[in-house]
Amino acid sequence: MKSVGYRLIAVASIAIVLTASTDVFLTSANILNVLRQASLTFLIASGLTLTILTAGLDLSVGANVGLSACLAATVMKSTDSIALGVAAGLGFGAMVGVLNGLMITLLKLPPFIATYGMLWTLNGLTYWFMGGETIHGFSPGFRQLGSGYWLGVPVPIYVMTAFLFAGGIFTRYTTFGREVYAIGANREAARLSGVPVRARLNLVYILSGAMAGLAAIVYLARLNSAEADIGEALTLPAIAAVLIGGTSLFGGAGTLFGTLVGAVTLTLVVNGMNLLAVDANWQPLVTGVIVILAVWIDVVTRQRAEAKV
Amino acid sequence: MNSPPEGGHYVRAYLRAVPGAAYLLAILVVVFAIFGSGFATSANILNIGVQSSVLLLLALPMTLIIMTEGLDLSMGAVLSLAGVVLADLLMNGRGLQTALAAAIVVGLAFGIVNGILVVALGLPPFVATLGTLGIAQGLALVITGGQSLVGIGDTLPALYESRLVGLPFSVVIALAAFVVFRVSLAKTRFGAYVIALGGNRESLVLAGVRANLYHVSVYAIGGAMAGLAALLLTGRMSAGHPTAAIGMEFDAIAAVIIGGTSFLRGKGSLGGTLVGVLTIGVLKNGLNVLEISSSLQVAGIGVLVIVALVIDSMLQAGRRRSAA
Repeated sequence: MKSVGYRLIAVASIAIVLTASTDVFLTSANILNVLRQASLTFLIASGLTLTILTAGLDLSVGANVGLSACLAATVMKSTDSIALGVAAGLGFGAMVGVLNGLMITLLKLPPFIATYGMLWTLNGLTYWFMGGETIHGFSPGFRQLGSGYWLGVPVPIYVMTAFLFAGGIFTRYTTFGREVYAIGANREAARLSGVPVRARLNLVYILSGAMAGLAAIVYLARLNSAEADIGEALTLPAIAAVLIGGTSLFGGAGTLFGTLVGAVTLTLVVNGMNLLAVDANWQPLVTGVIVILAVWIDVVTRQRAEAKV
Repeated sequence: MNSPPEGGHYVRAYLRAVPGAAYLLAILVVVFAIFGSGFATSANILNIGVQSSVLLLLALPMTLIIMTEGLDLSMGAVLSLAGVVLADLLMNGRGLQTALAAAIVVGLAFGIVNGILVVALGLPPFVATLGTLGIAQGLALVITGGQSLVGIGDTLPALYESRLVGLPFSVVIALAAFVVFRVSLAKTRFGAYVIALGGNRESLVLAGVRANLYHVSVYAIGGAMAGLAALLLTGRMSAGHPTAAIGMEFDAIAAVIIGGTSFLRGKGSLGGTLVGVLTIGVLKNGLNVLEISSSLQVAGIGVLVIVALVIDSMLQAGRRRSAA
């Protein structure tokens, strides 16, 4: 938890700098906007966090959000039913997770390769499925989920908070949660202690896919339109959020709360760049640098810890 | 392990030595030749060669990187950036040599950075190069403002359209690169060290070899080759575009895996990668001939990789059975 403390200080310092250098930053509208944006990143990054806790990775989350959102949009438009649309998005997201899990546990592919292949496969399918079309204009009731307010706070923030608590309890206090950490810390030891490693890994990737499906629904409700490139720029920030949040790529260490702090940090950086009128084209570059720095810190921390032992 | 096979076993042993991809390639060729009219023409076959040349330039160094149990996800973005630099210099009236040198230097710089991140700092390759992917993509977008760079003059397109010894320029460059890589890997000290880096790094270090230097140079070569590939890509498009080659590293990785190079065993073959590149080239071309949308072709490659891996693991199982 100590390391999360440092990360909170980082968030606070970015916030102070932005407050000092812009007029708009410290307005409740902008703060709520940052949190709403961060809650979308968090939803995508939360399932990803679970996969990274098992010393795996799910590079397909962004592309999964893309196709899940497009499918949900299509179903919603053609059936006029919000429930069916949501079910299609969640169901497809989870199905992608099933395939990822099978590639990793059955075909024994390294997770980054399996999910990277899935990324481009989903991208291709999305462009084919959409054929350059844009689907937009959903019912006001559905749009509440992404752009509505309840007691003056954007709805996605409630969704995020609910999943933060549920996920926190899930990872900390259930057998499943402890097994996820155990697999990441030492897979062989976990297996020998009777953890059903393959079944747990499958479930983790399904959860990651389902969270991408959920994020797709919220994202769709927020944007009120779906295009083929909707998920394209989402993967790198999600990975950055997890790593900034202190979850180790080597597995076994990290928390969902850390990922939330990471998502807020990253959103603050992007928000600050927007407020300071920095060209949006710089964003991938900045995210890339942040990813590298975060992994570097992870590696150095791990080396220090090993040196102590 | 097992005694050399006798008699008829030779044939079976030889068949098992063929990468799974060769069967896949043969099947694809037969299927497309039957169902796609216009596939099996000499013009189209040459066309497949031209279309595969850029990919081969990326897949060759990717093979070496994967053999050292690494990965370079930044290659497509670095290629796009190098292409943008090349096109930008040509638009500003610089000579082709200068522009090409700059493109290769840009690629080389990214390769060296990747190598340092992975080898000296010990970062996991797939995340380190995902970070440099973002950086290269961002730079390309910033330089161009997200726009295409058109008006690069006639020199490069003319060179691209030219023929050497009867073959298209791009095919000659790609084949030359293949020969250089093949000879370097098989016949030089560098090649021996690269092979050892994969499965047996410790023994290299113990033998007093500067393993880190060789390891970084594998990534550096990857970057430089992305810079060289920018020449062909920009020549083909007669323009520079900041996202021209985004995702091409996936095709390269797919070609390497289809070609039988393994992430885990540090084993690989450039011949297999050539087969893998051609398999992807044939798949894309054949699907084009059958008028299947290019976005579905990407999904096709994903499926192809899985099929190749399944074939490969079946062949492995067969090998284990015959060894037992």
